[in-house]
Amino acid sequence: MIDLSLLPDGGIGWLDASGPKGSIVLSTRIRLARNLEGYVFSQRAKDADRTAVLTRVEEASAASDLLKGAATIRLDRLERIDRQLLHERHLVSKELAGLDREARPRPGAALVVQGTVGVMVNEEDHLRLHGMRSGFALEEAYADLEALDADLGRLLPFAFHPEFGYLTSCPTNAGTGLRASVLIHLPGLVLTKEVGKVLQGLTQVGLTFRGLYGEGSEVVGNFFQLSNQTTLGKSEDELLDHLGKIVRQVIEYEEQAREVLLRTAPDEVADKTWRAYGLLKYARKLTFEETMNLLSGVRLGVGLNLIPDLSVYTLNKLLIFTQPAHLAALEGRQTGDPELPTARATYVRRVLETEAV
Amino acid sequence: MMCDNCKEREVEIHLTKVENDTKVTLHLCKQCAQQKGFETGESILKSPLGGFIQAMGKGSANVLPTPADGLRCAACGSTLKDFRESGRLGCAQCYESFSTHLKDLLRRLHGSSQHVGERYALPGAAGATDPRLQLLELKEQLRRAVENENFELAAELRDRIRVLE
Repeated sequence: MIDLSLLPDGGIGWLDASGPKGSIVLSTRIRLARNLEGYVFSQRAKDADRTAVLTRVEEASAASDLLKGAATIRLDRLERIDRQLLHERHLVSKELAGLDREARPRPGAALVVQGTVGVMVNEEDHLRLHGMRSGFALEEAYADLEALDADLGRLLPFAFHPEFGYLTSCPTNAGTGLRASVLIHLPGLVLTKEVGKVLQGLTQVGLTFRGLYGEGSEVVGNFFQLSNQTTLGKSEDELLDHLGKIVRQVIEYEEQAREVLLRTAPDEVADKTWRAYGLLKYARKLTFEETMNLLSGVRLGVGLNLIPDLSVYTLNKLLIFTQPAHLAALEGRQTGDPELPTARATYVRRVLETEAV
Repeated sequence: MMCDNCKEREVEIHLTKVENDTKVTLHLCKQCAQQKGFETGESILKSPLGGFIQAMGKGSANVLPTPADGLRCAACGSTLKDFRESGRLGCAQCYESFSTHLKDLLRRLHGSSQHVGERYALPGAAGATDPRLQLLELKEQLRRAVENENFELAAELRDRIRVLE
């Protein structure tokens, strides 16, 4: 089993709910796509090309100021449950972790991680640099990442073109290679049925939304990832400003929706959130999806100060550790174990008993 | 499996939606899905995004002229057709090799094909020599020397690396 103590704070410092707007925005994540000059892109790369890229990145990391001493995790040498665990922590993509049915991680697939920043190696692009922060913190996340980009860019030859900018395997990422996403909880807009309008509005202003685990994932527990759609023709600052402005607006809409709910249907909202809390506290079997939906209800109650004795941190912890691979690792089981729903309910009860004030 | 709605035709569309906060999955045939107003493959192709999907080569119509399909990148050997099929380019040089086609696509995707963000200069391009960089380059040369079984050069490089380290 993977030794997560190698990662400072296990790579989930961003879940501590310490960031701005922490009860509505879980985390802010930004990534930069970079490729090395002189090596074919991942799609055409043979195993030897991939391992050569990994060697270059490892040497550069060791020589760099910001990744010196970072943990390098070879995904191609990990068991499936460990790869899934890293994916559940949002540290690696499903593709890099080789989690699709019958897929295996390809040779040279790796994650270099240090504090709030990390690098996925041999994903769709040679390097995917990322920075993660708790709450709504685009500027801080980008500051971390910009420094890492500059540091590595002095040691590795990035593929760059004067007209097209940073060259990426897929032209949808060319230019800045920047995708910023904000993981946001919108139960108010879902309950007032306004969310469709808001999401539709996003696409009209050049933004897009995804589910909890990014590209191709489903929306569960009313969590949405909002991110920029285009990467070329605007500067990094412009892209971030634009996303920031729109996210602030979405937060405002969500807060208004919650006010409307409290004003027009206070009993229903209280009933919904306390029922969710009750189920989490006393249920004997919980599926992951049900847990996510109940946590969403309780989170709304905590955000509205209806449930006074719970912290957002506890809810975030439950969110992470009730995921299949996390729970299985915690309980020493396999992810397909039929007893997992029972183990999940026991775990949730225990955490709520000990952490509720 | 038969359609949830008409119970007559084969299911082609699996629709998952969230109502309040419960997930509902419907299994529908194409006709019933269209009647219910959900977009299917065909109707999506008529939308503005459909134009993009086709331009990426995943649709049926030929938006870009086909004779260019054989256009080949001299650096990595991939063709424009490869790109249209996979949606991925073969190497950095592909951007030059297919530049006229890509400019058009980039404008459609991003509204512009001109990068205005951070500029980048290759390591050592400004004339400044970073000692860390020198070390990394020597290591790269050493790997090549070993690959080519040029052990004399490899030994020399190894010594120089030791001194620098």
